[in-house]
Amino acid sequence: MITFKKDSTQQTVAAYTFLAFPLLIFTGFMLFPVLFIFIIGFFDWNLLIPEKPFIGFENYTELSSDDLFYIALKNTSIYAFGVVPIQTLLALFLAFLMNQKIRGRAALRVAFYVPAITSSVVTSIIFLWIYSKPGLLNYLLSLVGIEGTDWITNPNTALYAIMALNIWTTSGYFMVSFLAGLQSIPASLYEAARIDGANTWQQFWKITVPMVRPITFFVVVLSLIGCFQVFDQIYVMSSGGPVNATTTMSYYIYTSAFKYFRLGYAASVSIVLAMIIWAATYIQKRYFPPEAY
Amino acid sequence: MMKKIKLHRLLLYLILLGMASIYIGPFLFSVSISFNASQDVFRWPIRLFPEEWTTENYANIWRDLPFATWLFNSTLITLVQTITNIFFAALAGFAFARLRFPGRNFIFGLFLASLMIPGIIVLVPRFLLLNELRMINTYPGLILPGLINVVNTFLMKQFFETIPRDLEDAARIDGCGYFRMFWQVFLPISKPALAAVAIYSFQGSWNEFLWPVISAITEDMFTLPVGMAFLRYEFKVHWPLLMAGTVLISLPTLTIFLVFQRYFVQGIATAGLKE
Repeated sequence: MITFKKDSTQQTVAAYTFLAFPLLIFTGFMLFPVLFIFIIGFFDWNLLIPEKPFIGFENYTELSSDDLFYIALKNTSIYAFGVVPIQTLLALFLAFLMNQKIRGRAALRVAFYVPAITSSVVTSIIFLWIYSKPGLLNYLLSLVGIEGTDWITNPNTALYAIMALNIWTTSGYFMVSFLAGLQSIPASLYEAARIDGANTWQQFWKITVPMVRPITFFVVVLSLIGCFQVFDQIYVMSSGGPVNATTTMSYYIYTSAFKYFRLGYAASVSIVLAMIIWAATYIQKRYFPPEAY
Repeated sequence: MMKKIKLHRLLLYLILLGMASIYIGPFLFSVSISFNASQDVFRWPIRLFPEEWTTENYANIWRDLPFATWLFNSTLITLVQTITNIFFAALAGFAFARLRFPGRNFIFGLFLASLMIPGIIVLVPRFLLLNELRMINTYPGLILPGLINVVNTFLMKQFFETIPRDLEDAARIDGCGYFRMFWQVFLPISKPALAAVAIYSFQGSWNEFLWPVISAITEDMFTLPVGMAFLRYEFKVHWPLLMAGTVLISLPTLTIFLVFQRYFVQGIATAGLKE
């Protein structure tokens, strides 16, 4: 009994020694910021002005009547609800193709995955060039007799062009997640379906899609969280322009905080964005749970 | 019947080939531009290959830009963060998986809950904290927030939980202290999980943009992605030079991916998560 007691003290000491440094970093750069941001949001906190008066909910009333906030909210919503479904379906479709008996599977996997491991700045610069007036996209379109526009400087197309880039970069990543799920579906299910005369298309919708539902849940949650915070591509490609056509919530937070130094206001916008992300995740969990039907 | 199957296969390969070229084509194209001798790449109709090839753009990068400084900054930050991530993810993962101590569930719950915190929400407070400590635009300011990553800790915890108890008991009978047990018994058999953590950390640090773009103010503190993004907003963008830079930045992550692909896929399958 005494040895047990001694051992348990030893374990506690060891555990807290092992966790000391991770806990320190976690507290400083995660726990403290999460609590602190709610406080900053109640102050008129400007980086350049020493006085930081308490203003209650004024930052929130300001954003509720700020046109640019609503533009950012609208752009972010279009972005997320456009990218997530297409990206998820494309990832599943790629995984389905890759799961067939094919040659060169390893090489194909590399091809689909490379955009996902490449710096977002790199892919943004490459696509800036592809989307330019004399760029690759317009060249390909001209081959079929369509005259394209300058995709990033045209306010009607800029946001959609960046959305397409995002789908391109992350679909390969989620393909790998789906592929792991597909490989765990018993082959006997497909055999039984084939015997019943189901074609590939029917097998895809009646077997594959329902069987990977838990993974789909994960993929949708993760890509929603990512899309709601899209920043790198906006920064590199369009700086939120032209005429705020690509100003997303996170880019708006960035400009408020680090261009205009209005940290209090930026904090309140961040909190609203976080609430939206939590609400979206909750709704998904509540109404589209990962477990099948 | 045979003919129908063949046609089916042909169609499958055509789709796959088409998709693969959409995913790879843009990279090949940027490589092609990076070897272009002409300054004027915006010409209609475009050429898929340069009329005149040159490797000069790759030489000019080092001469005309602070590329070496940015490379040094990126390398330093990535190396430090990768090493601390591997070590502390393993150490914390071991504590959560193998040790019983009061507060274990609470701390683990906190870590778990932090996964639901969108990265953007901690941005302003992190900046203020490091600003108070006079660490904005310094290496510590760039490095500190990325020293550990909760996702890696989970990966290691999950891995350590699969190791049979017998091994631990044997070590304990030998009179091993807990750190020696971790270091001499658990670490040597954890290479696949450690490799996955190493690859994720490397890739994450090397490609990180949001934090360095905020906390690196002067050109000499830029990382490679921040430097490239900065060049894109220069008055006159020199595209072949920019493309040569993007090709060079991509090489380390691409090489590591090609060499360690196996662990990439394994990591995703077990964690199902990416920062």
